[in-house]
Amino acid sequence: MISAGAVDQVFVTLKDWIVMRTPAPLQTLVSIVIEVATIIVVFAALFALTTVFERKGLGRMQNRYGPNRVGPCGVLQPIADAVKSLIKEDVVPRAADHVVHYLAPLVLVGVVFLTYAVLPVGRNMTAVNLDAGVLYFFAVGAATELAVFMAGWSSHNKYSLLGAMRAIAQMVSYEIPLILSSVAVIMIAGTLSTVKIVEQQGRFSGGIAHWYVFTPWGLAGFILFMIAATAETNRSPFDLPEGESEIIAGYFIEYSGFKFALFFLAEYLEMFAVSGLGITLFLGGWSSPVSFLAWIPSWLWFFGKLLALIFAFIWVRGTVPRLRMDQLMNFAWKFMLPMTLVVILSAGIWHFLTVAVVGPKPLGGVIRWLVCAVVILAPYITLARGLERGRRIEKRVYRFAE
Amino acid sequence: MLGEGIIQGLVETARNFFGSYVEKDRLTTVQYPEERLTLPEASRNFPFLLYDGSDPEAGLRCVACQICEKECPPRCIHIEKSKDKKPDFVGKQQAYPAVFDIDVAVCMSCQICVEVCPFDAIRMDKVFELSTSDRFGGLLWTKEQLSKPNAYYQKIHPMEAAETDERREKELAEAHVKAAAAAAKAAQAEPMSQKQGHGAPAAVQAAKSTTAVHE
Repeated sequence: MISAGAVDQVFVTLKDWIVMRTPAPLQTLVSIVIEVATIIVVFAALFALTTVFERKGLGRMQNRYGPNRVGPCGVLQPIADAVKSLIKEDVVPRAADHVVHYLAPLVLVGVVFLTYAVLPVGRNMTAVNLDAGVLYFFAVGAATELAVFMAGWSSHNKYSLLGAMRAIAQMVSYEIPLILSSVAVIMIAGTLSTVKIVEQQGRFSGGIAHWYVFTPWGLAGFILFMIAATAETNRSPFDLPEGESEIIAGYFIEYSGFKFALFFLAEYLEMFAVSGLGITLFLGGWSSPVSFLAWIPSWLWFFGKLLALIFAFIWVRGTVPRLRMDQLMNFAWKFMLPMTLVVILSAGIWHFLTVAVVGPKPLGGVIRWLVCAVVILAPYITLARGLERGRRIEKRVYRFAE
Repeated sequence: MLGEGIIQGLVETARNFFGSYVEKDRLTTVQYPEERLTLPEASRNFPFLLYDGSDPEAGLRCVACQICEKECPPRCIHIEKSKDKKPDFVGKQQAYPAVFDIDVAVCMSCQICVEVCPFDAIRMDKVFELSTSDRFGGLLWTKEQLSKPNAYYQKIHPMEAAETDERREKELAEAHVKAAAAAAKAAQAEPMSQKQGHGAPAAVQAAKSTTAVHE
């Protein structure tokens, strides 16, 4: 009988076994290569799966079948797509800046893969355990904006430039709520290391884990984080940089064949990476929510949560139509930013309402929970009222058409 | 409340998502090559030529009058009239098309050719799986490809075909009556001409020839 712990550590053991069998000077290199190759293969495979699940899921939400021709139930669709994009002609505009045009997709994919280095996908399964892991994630993640603007600028096309400018405006605006909502977690955890943040959430009291999403500020922070993440990864309803119906494909309009596929890949990988960070910060990483399910391998927990978040992304995409640019900016600066500041305040209050202040555990815990919830809900209601007051539905007047 | 509409929308899409696995009538997609919808009777797309009987050459109703060729708005019909003649369904000697081509790549399915045809020779078809690897020759349909029996027409457009058949039967009956009358007249004229000597009029000759052809 194999113990649960052995199953949990099966990949770590396998890696150590391979590393042990290589000559001593090469061991570090082999270890790195194994980790990098695993990340690339696993998440690229997840991308392939997600494309077909997304198309099928969106189809079902619109009462269609989705792809069902290639292979049983259409599961081989990603292979057909890959073959198609590989054999397509690679068109580069004559006016394009060839070097930058060529580099943009590579930079994007490379940068996105770098962010996976600090994600703990299981117990002892983090490629690099950095002390400033969260900071590293955001610093590297910000470089995607550079790649997007490289693509938009070098294509020498007005639509791609418009798309790139929209992308920059959006990504810069939503990076602030994204980072501020994770600041609350960093404050409470007292560390920037992703591994330590997960370990702190993996403790149980009364059979329930200490996930930050179970606290009022954590729940609000998680929702704000996921909204900002949706905008950061340019997914619907924040897909203005692509905006098929307005600017055709945005910054990657001039890309065809495999370069286009690389942009597509990078977009999905970015979504997985930012979902992975959301899991790490708020959903307890690889830990289980209740103690009696702790025997399930940690990596299964991580990928289960990741698939659930991917489904949520698809669900939102199937539901909400695209925003307008002014709505996008209003939402970022007038709602997201104040709310993330409120979440930080609430997290601070949570930190100082210790047992000494509110009293012993059962009642004291409830009081602490309620106080922090009110601190978030009151500004939320006020803000929501304020935002809705300015929006009156009235008859549209066309100045020049009538 | 801010966010309420989004939650309502999410519930709606979730209901669609799970509902599509439970209620089969939510999925209205027809899996085309395997399942097919029957086309409505009035559906039409490209013209074809009708023939009576079993021989497309002998029974072809078209008399190469070229009205359709002249009326066709995109001018996709090309007709070459024959030098010789063959009898039509009432037995009258008519020309026939030596060449009758329709370029379906040009045809706009307007049905004007059908409306102007005085001989019920051209009708609209229902076929739609017309893909071909040869975009010029493959879409230029010749007389042989266009000729289809009346039974086919009765199958695809039963109401229209019944109306046309009824009219043509009436025409045929009228022609029979006329021929019989002409034959009777000729029979009457025969003894008279014998009495009056050999002054056989041209009309009798004509009547004789029509009855001969008809029988």
